[in-house]
Amino acid sequence: MREALPPKERTKIPRQEMPERDACERAHDFGEVNLGFNAALAEHESQRCLTCVDPKCTRGCPVGVKVREVVELVLAGEYLKAGAKLREDNVLPAVTGRVCPQETQCEGACVLGKRFAPVAIGHIERFVADYERAAGAAGLPERAPATGKKVAIVGSGPAGLSCAGDLILRGHEVTVFEALHELGGVLVYGIPEFRLPKEIVRNEIDNMRRMGVNFETNVVIGKTITIDELLTEEGCQAVFVATGAGLPKFLNLPGEHLGGVYSANEFLTRVNLMRAYDAEHYDSPIYDCRNRSVAVIGGGNTAMDAVRSAVRLGAAQAMIVYRRGEQELPARQEEVHHAKSEGVQFLTLHNPLEFLGDDRGMLTGMRLQKMELGEPDESGRRRPAPIVGSEFVLPIDVAVVAVGSAANPLVQSTTPDLATNPWGYIVADPYSFRTSKQGVFAGGDIVSGAATVILAMGSGRKAAASIHEYLTTNAW
Amino acid sequence: MSMYPIVEARFLAPDVKWLAIEAPRIARKHQAGQFVIVRAHEHGERIPLTIAHASAKNGTVAIIVQGVGKTTKLINTLEAGDSLVDIVGPLGKPTEIENYGVVAVIGGGVGAAIAYPSAVALRQAGNAVLSIVGARTKQLVILENEMRAATSELFVMTDDGSYGEQGFVTHKLQQLIDERRIDRVLAIGPTTMMQAVAELTRPHGIPTIVSLNPIMVDGTGMCGGCRVLVGGENRFACVDGPEFDAHAVDFRSLIQRNRVYRQREQAALDKFHETHTCRLFTTPGSQ
Ligand SMILES: Cc1cc2nc3c(=O)[nH]c(=O)nc-3n(C[C@H](O)[C@H](O)[C@H](O)COP(=O)(O)OP(=O)(O)OC[C@H]3O[C@@H](n4cnc5c(N)ncnc54)[C@H](O)[C@@H]3O)c2cc1C
Ligand SMILES: Cc1cc2nc3c(=O)[nH]c(=O)nc-3n(C[C@H](O)[C@H](O)[C@H](O)COP(=O)(O)OP(=O)(O)OC[C@H]3O[C@@H](n4cnc5c(N)ncnc54)[C@H](O)[C@@H]3O)c2cc1C
Ligand code: SF4
Ligand code: SF4
Ligand code: FES
Repeated sequence: MREALPPKERTKIPRQEMPERDACERAHDFGEVNLGFNAALAEHESQRCLTCVDPKCTRGCPVGVKVREVVELVLAGEYLKAGAKLREDNVLPAVTGRVCPQETQCEGACVLGKRFAPVAIGHIERFVADYERAAGAAGLPERAPATGKKVAIVGSGPAGLSCAGDLILRGHEVTVFEALHELGGVLVYGIPEFRLPKEIVRNEIDNMRRMGVNFETNVVIGKTITIDELLTEEGCQAVFVATGAGLPKFLNLPGEHLGGVYSANEFLTRVNLMRAYDAEHYDSPIYDCRNRSVAVIGGGNTAMDAVRSAVRLGAAQAMIVYRRGEQELPARQEEVHHAKSEGVQFLTLHNPLEFLGDDRGMLTGMRLQKMELGEPDESGRRRPAPIVGSEFVLPIDVAVVAVGSAANPLVQSTTPDLATNPWGYIVADPYSFRTSKQGVFAGGDIVSGAATVILAMGSGRKAAASIHEYLTTNAW
Repeated sequence: MSMYPIVEARFLAPDVKWLAIEAPRIARKHQAGQFVIVRAHEHGERIPLTIAHASAKNGTVAIIVQGVGKTTKLINTLEAGDSLVDIVGPLGKPTEIENYGVVAVIGGGVGAAIAYPSAVALRQAGNAVLSIVGARTKQLVILENEMRAATSELFVMTDDGSYGEQGFVTHKLQQLIDERRIDRVLAIGPTTMMQAVAELTRPHGIPTIVSLNPIMVDGTGMCGGCRVLVGGENRFACVDGPEFDAHAVDFRSLIQRNRVYRQREQAALDKFHETHTCRLFTTPGSQ
């Protein structure tokens, strides 16, 4: 182990920067932007940690990753042990290290952040997970003896995958049903390759397969098989519903039906799941972005992913149109920063009023109104108000609507005894994840509304514990 | 990787092929009016196709594919023993089946085949079913015998008069409406045909249902690409449809949206023709 530096020395070390590919180069392909820490950078950054007695970082992490212990193992050069320590709380560290909004979670809580920059926990986490994967050493944990109980998981996003991973360890038979032809949920159809290589998700899924999890793609629960059939004919004793918040919201503005107007889900699905960026080898077309003007409406991670995909598809101009101010952008800071360096323009405080088209029904522009910030609203964010007489037309060829998503009703509508809230999300107990229907549990975005990967994963794991208890005691 | 074997494949008309595919779960659940989404190969696109027939006993579903572009033409080169990489379903809402009285079922082109299961179900529910089947020319009339057996009266219309009566399906529908009482119309075919039917029945106030064919990706309500304006509201054809009240549908925007990819599709088809020759155009007659 390295000699621990005195705290004062530690705070003198600047936060280590994530090496990234040059913006000019990366903006033309879908290869990953961040290159990852090497061992030296990871060690250097770990030295900054004050190894607090009461680590605030762990409390800031939704699944309570033992950051301090991980950091200490990294400093000791015990990377595989650090990986095992991470996996005690987090089964997808290679994913979360890349996509967690660290600034509002672990790093947001880190005490160093009060006076200096917080420890780059996400980067260290990613380093450890990538090291483990490269070493081919993500040791498969021991499985408990078979219990003879069978569980169905609906949806293969982070919530479903992490629940499956825990249940298989406890000796249950687990089948994951996925509606699409590829596994991973938003991790594969939403978040682009340049931010989260699909290889990583596939690797995690392969590990689960090796542990004995069954995966069935092309099964839409509620259509191909109902929840009731899973509990009867298919012989499952419990079902975990993790279908995500996949229903796209539209603006309901005039002209939204014009050719060239997409929901972010459609745009990203075509790019990611259907590999539209590789038109040489794949068939799914996407209305050409090359040399065109593309405007993405919204300010979250989804909007950033869409606009940065448009840059890579060759857009002449790629813009974010967002109603509120720059401070209010809900996306991860890193994504905003990356988007800017890749040449994305930000039209903050602009609100779309109408899409305009030609006589062939193709988009030609968007009428926008400028906004100013007024008094704070219920959410504490300053409410944008229109500036009178500020309307103008922005010529564009492609518009992507990325203003959020809602609950997909497929499962709920065919399972009448499954209680939902007024917005259509499934009602589940926050601790036991039980729904109104015996044997049925639910978690992830379909319960919480659109949230984060780590929250979905955390709920999948807690649900697994609760499902295990139910299968063991039979008490509902 | 999952694979779905094709157990039967035969041409019904030039470029129109019947394929039965092993998919027991879908076969068991299918109801008239529902569809599947398939992918032909690992790098293929997802395309929607109506389930023309399902046999729960054999665990198969049948699709009837008209070769109009790259993917459909490629599927039509497949034979029994080949497989599809993906098939998911049954998707969409089933046709609403009740005893309405006299129902006119109109099928244009391959739409005739798509309408077939609904015609059978309507007949079973006690309706008198009048079928009008339209095609460009005699060679393209498909499932005539099946349709005849399933309906009370069958009228065949061809554009060139080479078979049945000469004219469009709307001519026959107009004639029937003038002659007798029609309680409901179900029209499936090219969008322009469905639009013409809607305009024809609107003044008579005859409830009319059409099966829309917007471009789809996932088929589960996730992408919104299949959105159509119905009664001024955004509806997703894959989960809220594909059948809608014809008098509420905004056909103009549907037709425009379906054209968005035309250039790319043509390029893909040209490239496909360069690499696949002869096999594509063999029909049972020419073998
Ligand atoms: C573009 C985009 C970028 C994002 N970026 C980030 C980020 O940087 N950081 C972050 O923390 N979070 C991010 N998020 C949010 C995060 O991805 C989600 O909160 C998380 O994926 C939710 O996980 P889940 O398991 O609940 O659902 P999902 O990941 O949505 O998975 C649900 C799965 O269930 C399947 N399914 C749905 N219905 C059925 C059915 N009836 N039968 C069978 N299968 C079904 C779906 O096809 C899907 O595969 C992003 C989201 C999007 C859309
Ligand atoms: C609910 C539904 C049921 C259908 N049932 C049948 C059927 O039983 N038999 C049949 O032959 N055809 C059916 N179609 C149409 C069929 O899906 C298209 O012909 C097919 O997708 C064309 O693909 P392609 O690559 O061969 O041609 P392309 O060259 O890609 O396209 C030709 C035309 O097909 C349409 N199209 C293209 N891609 C899609 C897509 N992903 N989804 C929908 N339409 C698309 C476009 O309007 C385009 O102009 C159905 C469509 C829908 C929506
Ligand atoms: S899982 Fe996310 S929030 Fe938790 S420590 Fe890792 S990066 Fe931070
Ligand atoms: S709060 Fe910051 S300094 Fe303290 S243990 Fe956690 S990462 Fe280290
Ligand atoms: S096909 Fe994607 S929502 Fe209907």
